[in-house]
Amino acid sequence: MMSPIRDILAIAKGMGVTLRTAFRAPVTLRYPEERPELPGRHRGRHELERHENGLEKCVGCELCALVCPADAIYVEGAENPPDAPISIGERYAKTYVINLLRCIYCGYCVEACPTEALQMKDEFELAAPTKAQLVVTKEQLLATLPKREPEDSWLPG
Amino acid sequence: MSEVVIAAIESLALVLIVFTVAAYAILAERRVIARMQARIGPDRVGPQGIFQPLADVLKLLTKEDVRPVAADRVLHYLTPILTLVPIMLVFAVIPASPGIHLADLNIGYLYVAAVSSIAVYGVALGGWSSNSKYALLGGLRSSAQLISYELAQGLAALGVIAAAGSLSLVRIVDAQFPLPFAIAQPLGLAVYLLASIAESSRAPFDLPEAEQELGAGYHTEYSSFRFALFMLSEYVHVIVSSALVATLYLGGWWPFAGGLLGVAAFAAKMALLIFVFIWLRATLPRVRYDTLMAFGWKVLIPLALVQLTVVAFWVALR
Repeated sequence: MMSPIRDILAIAKGMGVTLRTAFRAPVTLRYPEERPELPGRHRGRHELERHENGLEKCVGCELCALVCPADAIYVEGAENPPDAPISIGERYAKTYVINLLRCIYCGYCVEACPTEALQMKDEFELAAPTKAQLVVTKEQLLATLPKREPEDSWLPG
Repeated sequence: MSEVVIAAIESLALVLIVFTVAAYAILAERRVIARMQARIGPDRVGPQGIFQPLADVLKLLTKEDVRPVAADRVLHYLTPILTLVPIMLVFAVIPASPGIHLADLNIGYLYVAAVSSIAVYGVALGGWSSNSKYALLGGLRSSAQLISYELAQGLAALGVIAAAGSLSLVRIVDAQFPLPFAIAQPLGLAVYLLASIAESSRAPFDLPEAEQELGAGYHTEYSSFRFALFMLSEYVHVIVSSALVATLYLGGWWPFAGGLLGVAAFAAKMALLIFVFIWLRATLPRVRYDTLMAFGWKVLIPLALVQLTVVAFWVALR
């Protein structure tokens, strides 16, 4: 016992803190109903972007796979067929696989990408019944183009 | 014969009331502590979570009742009951309002002290019979703690008994008109309340179940319904302590003469005290074991003796 009065005052001060907090709004987010506000540069699931004309931005350079510290990306580039181009460059990604189980969401792949093809999006609910479902292929990673609205129906095609 | 039947029905009603209050004390504690930590707490089972205790009980009942191979079979099975029953017995003499009690013993407080001491056996034997080091250490700690704090508690209660001139809890409440003992003997109230917290093994004196060092203390090896009984007895202990403090120091049904208003006053005082118990748990960290012992023997007992001396002089000179 050093100073009983000081000790009692210290306890009273602590009791005051808890009582005041009880009348504060809780900070809890009711998650499934309420969604968190994600920061603009949130690093969630990856997406392979396209140009406005539908061509893929990815040129199959494999820099993302090279820089990946978790070795979670596998890319296989191929010559871009000139008559039916898939990307805008000379080459394109024939296969593009990300193993989300290995990925540590560091974002190095996004930084390494010279064509800004690879982006990390807001999707963070990455759970699946099987491991295989978390190894995502190019089809799953490719961005879908915004659908044309009915008022755009005057467009040819 | 009919008296026996009526007494049995009354006892059963009391047990049901106490269990319900205990179940909701657990919910209240979870919700109140949550708010004090800026959380929400369980509010999903029914409106505001009012069916949470029911869900918890059902969950515990469906769990497997595991008994360690090395445990003493008979004692291991008996101790949860041995812990709960003595604490429940205390309620028999607590008056909620004049005439609203199971029994008005002329040795009321003596009965309370005697019966509640038996609960120590449950705790100590629970630790011993599990044949596990964590449970044993938890049981040892609680026995040492309960015995130390029982002394301070008894000495503080002695001040009340001396001032009231009776051991009967009804007479003790009667003696608190117009001035409750909380105002007349504030030191005694402080000692009794602190000793009660230690007696019910609640934070900051919850060393018997210090999770970080001992697993769950004396009930580490208990599961399913037997664990539920230990859990229940902890909260029944809180309710008993609140009821006793309300009776001994806050004047029971004071300021009303009795009847339903008296019961309401008594219930309100109990609710306030249960809130204090919860509030303390939300605020204070656990004390160290040597500090706990030193506090009981070197601070609470001398303080109780000072209070008792003052009361004794006052009674002698009255």
